[in-house]
Amino acid sequence: MYAYDQYDQAMVDARVAEFRDQCERRLAGKLSEDQFKPLRLMNGLYLQLHAYMLRVAIPYGTLNGGQMRVLADIAEKYDRGYGHFTTRQNIQYNWIKLEDAADILADLAKVEMHAIQTSGNCIRNISSDHFAGAAADEVADPRPYAELLRQWSSFHPEFSYLPRKFKICVIASENDRAAMRLHDIGIRIVERDGELGAQFYVGGGMGRTPMIAPLIRDFVPLDQLVTYSEACLRVYNRYGRRDNKYKARIKILVHELGAEEYTRQVEEEFAHLLDQGVEPPLAELERIKGYFRDPDMPDAGQEADRSDPDFAVWLDHNTHAHKMPGYVSAIVSLKPVGGIPGDATAAQMRVLADLAERYSFDELRIMHTQNVVLPHVRKADLYALWQALNEAGMGTPNADLMGDIIACPGLDYCSLANARSIPIAQRISQRFAANGKEAALGELKLKISGCINACGHHHAGHIGILGVDRKGTENYQLLLGGSEAEDTSLAKITGPGFDELGIVDAVETAADVYLRERTEGERFLDTYRRIGMAPFKEALYD
Amino acid sequence: MTEQVPLRLREDEACMEPAVTLEAFGGQTNAVAVRIEPGEDTRELLPHLDRLRRIDIAFPAFTDGRGYSAARILREAGFTGELRAVGDVLVDQIAYMRRCGFDAFDPDASLDPDDVEAALNRFPQVYQSAADARTPIWSLRHQ
Repeated sequence: MYAYDQYDQAMVDARVAEFRDQCERRLAGKLSEDQFKPLRLMNGLYLQLHAYMLRVAIPYGTLNGGQMRVLADIAEKYDRGYGHFTTRQNIQYNWIKLEDAADILADLAKVEMHAIQTSGNCIRNISSDHFAGAAADEVADPRPYAELLRQWSSFHPEFSYLPRKFKICVIASENDRAAMRLHDIGIRIVERDGELGAQFYVGGGMGRTPMIAPLIRDFVPLDQLVTYSEACLRVYNRYGRRDNKYKARIKILVHELGAEEYTRQVEEEFAHLLDQGVEPPLAELERIKGYFRDPDMPDAGQEADRSDPDFAVWLDHNTHAHKMPGYVSAIVSLKPVGGIPGDATAAQMRVLADLAERYSFDELRIMHTQNVVLPHVRKADLYALWQALNEAGMGTPNADLMGDIIACPGLDYCSLANARSIPIAQRISQRFAANGKEAALGELKLKISGCINACGHHHAGHIGILGVDRKGTENYQLLLGGSEAEDTSLAKITGPGFDELGIVDAVETAADVYLRERTEGERFLDTYRRIGMAPFKEALYD
Repeated sequence: MTEQVPLRLREDEACMEPAVTLEAFGGQTNAVAVRIEPGEDTRELLPHLDRLRRIDIAFPAFTDGRGYSAARILREAGFTGELRAVGDVLVDQIAYMRRCGFDAFDPDASLDPDDVEAALNRFPQVYQSAADARTPIWSLRHQ
């Protein structure tokens, strides 16, 4: 994985000093809260319902054991002993004191980590495929391109006061495991006639107006990636709406101009910028690629021993094909039955650090589904790994099943939320564990947001739940048919909402319709697409 | 009537002419200073840059970042006169403004010179090529 050189380290150290100064000026009253807000936001510090929340960047979701240990230390030293992994492959701490914020950033900088641009109206942490560099279906490891763009977007002088936040995702497979087309810019590295280049999808997003990004350029040569990104951003910075915060994302600009006109403007700006020398030389991309070489993975030739039936279940659900024979990527579930999706204790983080060092070439990945991946595990080591995970409460065999719920922090923490998300997730997880239907249902992606900002990706759930405020009480709308994968689609609302107990019943009712109607080999999503909304509505409301 | 410009990073003599609006500039062939508002297209000025001594770019709110693009576009087109950031200009934005080509600042609230000095020198290097002369890190790495 990438390692800082003297320049990267100096930049992060300077940022810590700058933020320390800004915090001191705020605490001394030299900065008003209004003036301080965008500055703290650009360092990932939010003011939430009960305390400050700090979001730490995990670039493209990749980190090593030493870094995970520091995340554990921070959880213990400055928070309440746990952290929360997010849908953007980051971690956030929910109980931070302003006085500690600069010290935390200093601790992070010692292990090449930071919270730069994890919030604010700027280019956010760049996300990627959690199986990057391990999956058998990639044309390349997408992370070097993500790292190139990370550096380009860090402290970008022109694009730090954009109309709204800006999220970029880079993948390199036809299979989309990162919700690429639901980002402001989604980049897919592709191969054409033996040459690698980048597809640019621009103007996707969730939030209150979900949109699937259209393709605006089918092939950007690798030595023009930064320049093309710069052109996309400049058109947005100049013409994105600033009159209404809810219409300020680039998806609205692309939608209002039309993809064709937006593309025309980008191409014009791009032609101009090609002469401005903003592109790093290919040698820089090569330098970065050097950090992402495959570890030496000799084929041990051994398959996992499936004789333990519980282990076999985990193996079937929580491992993913690796490009090297004899290896898999293992998914560590942070979704125990009845647990808080994405939460991990300091002790669990340390276990993950140990296991990464022991079994996965010192590498971990955070998934946008709020789980963790050990990317390169020898099949022969899987049984021992599984036992260790079970011991730490992280061996639940539920990847992509009903219990693998994405949920935003909701009204338990978030100042924007209208309704709680976590207790709903907990109840559904418990219900389907108790009634034994989870295994029968197979792949079913359930996603819960506590308000229309859609941090819990409800638009992209096979089943989505949206919490709203209805005359002062929490009310939950049910949505069906979304997908964040390569067959991207947006979920539709079934009808009137439910109260907090009713929504759990409603999810079970929808699941039962699927179990009744499905044909051989169909997932929930496939059945919904075949039979449509009507049978579900009938079961839910008649 | 000529106010003192609080912060100027140029050696030449300040042009203290009042700036005309972009709209008025179209008809006033003798104006040497013009003021750009956030919603206006800076590129309308490009044919006339050689007769302009100063361009003011307005920041009615520091959160409105359109002026950064406007400044860079002017520098990319070869404008060498004074580029002045006017309005809600705070010390924490100065370094980015400098990188986008601003070399004068007329903030609504005066700035502490020590804070400005610290802000401009905070970051030892830069990651991108922009409108200033700084060498990006990617270039330093491959010299």
